[in-house]
Formats: sequence, C-alpha cells, structure tokens
Amino acid sequence: MAIETADIEHVARLARIGMTPSEVADLQTRLSKILHLVDQLQAVDTSGVEPLSHPLDAVQRLRADAVTETNQREAFLAIAPATEDGLYLVPKVIDQVE
Amino acid sequence: MEWETVIGLEVHIQLSTQSKIFSGSSTAFGAAPNTQASAIDLAMPGTLPVFNEQALNYAIMFGLALDAEIGKRSVFERKNYFYPDLPKGYQTTQLAEPIIGPGHVDIEVDGVTRRVRIHHAHLEEDAGKSLHEDYHGMTGIDLNRAGTPLIELVTEPDMRSAEEAVAFLKKIHAIITYLDISDGDMSQGSLRCDANVSVRPRGQEEFGTRVELKNINSFRFVERAIKCEVTRQIDLIEDGGTVVQETRLYDADRNETRSMRSKEEANDYRYFPCPDLLPVVIDDAYIEALRGRLPELPAARQARFERDYELSAYDAGVLTAERAVADFFEATAAACGAPKLAANWIMGDLAAQLNKEEVSISAAPITPELLAGLIKRIQDNTISSKIAKQVFEAMWAGEGNADQIIEQRGLRQLSDTGALDKIIDEIVNASPDQVAQYRAADEGRRKKLLGFFVGQVMKASRGQANPGLVNELLTAKLDG
Repeated sequence: MAIETADIEHVARLARIGMTPSEVADLQTRLSKILHLVDQLQAVDTSGVEPLSHPLDAVQRLRADAVTETNQREAFLAIAPATEDGLYLVPKVIDQVE
Repeated sequence: MEWETVIGLEVHIQLSTQSKIFSGSSTAFGAAPNTQASAIDLAMPGTLPVFNEQALNYAIMFGLALDAEIGKRSVFERKNYFYPDLPKGYQTTQLAEPIIGPGHVDIEVDGVTRRVRIHHAHLEEDAGKSLHEDYHGMTGIDLNRAGTPLIELVTEPDMRSAEEAVAFLKKIHAIITYLDISDGDMSQGSLRCDANVSVRPRGQEEFGTRVELKNINSFRFVERAIKCEVTRQIDLIEDGGTVVQETRLYDADRNETRSMRSKEEANDYRYFPCPDLLPVVIDDAYIEALRGRLPELPAARQARFERDYELSAYDAGVLTAERAVADFFEATAAACGAPKLAANWIMGDLAAQLNKEEVSISAAPITPELLAGLIKRIQDNTISSKIAKQVFEAMWAGEGNADQIIEQRGLRQLSDTGALDKIIDEIVNASPDQVAQYRAADEGRRKKLLGFFVGQVMKASRGQANPGLVNELLTAKLDG
C-alpha cells in the first residue's frame, strides 16, 4: 500500500510537525516501503490467532495507593525553556486557526 | 409539531485516591503549581507508569453499583492528540476493553421510573491545566492535575428530558459519594458532565443530529444548558434550518450555547494499546472480595427507610440522595425516636437554612444530637412547633441546646389550664361580635371562626400557649 502526500501532511499536522515539500516526498517513499512490509505481514493467515495487545505474556502489576514522589519542581523548571510563577510557559494555543 | 428530546451523557468522575493513576505523586487539591508533577507525570524519557491498585478497586466497585459487567481483562490504550497540558502527547485511557461493561441506572422523575443503560465506563488519566491569562502572550501550564485518575462513564441515549438528565447525574453523585470513591464536587471539577442532545419529531424512530454540550459544571446548569439547546434546535428546524453536528459551549451568564470552532480533524486520535502498560487481569475472587466491601447503596437505603421508618417514597428518596444527609437523619431519628418529625425538620427548616447559608450538612452548626433534643421537646409538649422554629434559629446561631434556649428565653409552652382560662376569658369578653357570629354559625363554619380566637390567644400568650389545649378550652367555652 502506498501512502498519499495528503496522508503525510495530515499526520504531520496532527503531531504539530512542520515539513517542507521535499521532506514530505522523502517520507512518502520511506513510509510506503514500511507499509509494503506491513502488506506482506497482512497476507499471513492469522485466523484463530488471538489479537495481541502486548508482546509480553504477562499481566499488569499493581502499585499500592501511596504518595512516594517528592516535590522536584525547581529541578524540572530549570530545564524548561520558559517558566514563570512555577508554571511552564508555552506558545498560546487557544483560538489558533489551523 | 411535537418534539422529543434525546439525551446521552458522558460523565467524568475524579477518583479520590491519594496518589495518581500511574505515579506516586499526590493528588491533593490546591497545591502550588507543578509541585505535584513528577518525572512520570511530565513524560520524561525513561519513565514507566505503574497502575494504582486503588483506582482499579474504585472502578470495580463503581461497576458493581451499576450492575455492570466487570472486565476481567482490561487494556490501556493511547489516545493521541496534541495539547500542551498533555505532556506525553497522548492520554492513557481505555477503548476496546474497558474495565466496566454494559450496566444500568434507574431514575425516577415525576413518579415515573426510567432505566438508563450504561454503554460502558473506563479508567483514564486527567490532563493538566492551561492558564490563559497573559504570560507575555504565552500560556501557563500547571501539571498538578495531570495523571489524576478518572472514570469516564458513557450512557446510551436513553434520557428524554433535561430533568431526567439531572436525575441521572444526581443518582451517579449519590452512588460515588456512598461508595466514597470521589467527593463528587461539581464546583471543583470532581464530577463533570458533557451532554449529547438532539431532537426528533415525536414518534420518529431515527435520531436527530446531535450536538455535544460542554462546560456544564453544576446540576442547575445541566438542566438549563440542555433546555436552551433544545429550544435552539427546535427553533432552527422549524425555521427551515438543519442542526449541525458540533460541540457547543454553554455560557451560563447569557444562558445560551455557542459553537466552538468546528474541528474538521477531530476524532482522529489514532488509538493503539499502550506498550508501557500490560493488560490488567482480575479473577472472580478479586471482584467478589470488592463486592463484599460495598456499603449499602442509595436504592437499598431508600427501600429500608420506607420500610423501617415508615417514610413515603418521596421523603426516603430525598433523605437518601446524599449519604451525609441520610447519616444525619438516622442519627437524629435514633436520638429522638421520632423518625417522621426528624424527616420533616431535616427536609424543611434544616435544608432551607443550609441552602440559605450555603453550607453542607456535615458543616452545619446543628448536629443530629441538637436537632433530636429539639424534637423531644416538641414531642413532650414543652414547646409548640411554632416556638420550635425560634429555638431552631437560636441553636443555629450557637446559643446552646434546646433545653438551654427554652429556659433562657422562657419559651416553655403554657399548658396551665387556669392561666389559659384567664386569657381566653379576656379575649371572649373583648370580642362580643365574633362570639355572636360564632354561636349563630353551623358546625362547619364554627371551625373556621374558631381560628380567630385561637389566633388572639396565641398572640396574647406570645405564641407560648399549647395549641391543642387552647382549641379544647375555647371550644368548650364558646359552645357552652
């Protein structure tokens, strides 16, 4: 299966990744190859095989409900690009026309 | 044309665990920004989520209360979308295999019972908060709330009026507060509600186009928002327009809904199973152990109130809607031995006062012991019901218990026949016209005319005369 330019642009927009037309073209080739591999996998008869939700044959461990983390705010704020009043600052996102 | 409203609800319930759903950060409300956001909550590389046992247990208990199927195997998935208060770029939630399967809740509106089917309910994490005040043109992000455990419950489109939607939400509120799995405080966002609303001509099978209403954060607003959206849709269709499927925000100040920017690319969340979390698998023994921990639920408690205290279905329903109110009632009834009077006082004067002062019953200055003390004095005729209201107000103001207030203010009911006779004689002698009118009247009319004399006696005794005795003495006097 080949992937369309529009699909790549759509996915890039959802992930908020800006791409140049040449990058889109390059990705289109490479992603199409991956999807071709998927096509080959799809051809295998998997009827009777239970769908896999996790590669490990194990179940989730549970954690007791207790507060174990301490306040590390200053350390985290120190590595953020912009902060104020204990808040992380990000570009305004509301009312942004897509 | 006659229109029918169709409503389905999506309800978010914040669970009152100590720590977050996948990390050991505190979930306490009101902390300074980002002081409860750990490396896991911030989505730092190399961190791994570990599922909180209590969140699982709370969800199972909730599912059992809804008579729902419990998922013995549930799977967390990633719901991918980009928003800065969601540091991972996805919300960990459940989709194909939720913890709670189909169930139901019965609601009653105007004496009619309706069963609302639950489509499913799942566990997920909350996002952080965006603060859009001006930070030099930027947005501030507080991630304290990120990772707080939520249950999202989705109903079938089974409600047919705004009143039914409110009744459903109140029932959910009662269930979660009885289970003590959430504080259910809508004003703090512990209980949130989105409503899917559509209209169709009555009798039509097919659903109309639905609109999702957001931002309705009180029981009252749920009712008002749905009502004004229904009116908007009907007006639109009757004017020849069509309803567009969209999300609308309720503006409480203007009492109107307005369109949010329509998102053409909405609902492209690219869900997939979360590789960081394994399937959650539980067995029957696990579920049954939790069933054994369930407290008496609202419906069972209501039935017991009707049976044991001989209350009406309505009274029992009102008293059991909130666990704290039901507890207050039972404590009062036990202390005074008069359940019906206790019910009347709690639903009447106490409820009115709580409403007026905007305090919860658990924070009220009047305790079950105080109220029971008052009711005992009404029962043994120390005071009349009318004077009791005065004592109630004084108790609310912190002037002591009923006995102290009755003593201090000299409110003891006048039951001394001699003293009452004296007052009655004075009134009868001072009102010859009314007496003549009374004596000329037939029995039916006499009862009405007696009211004048009773009123005069009560006034002369500053409300302290025993009304039963006054009636008796007056009738004897006037008839004789």
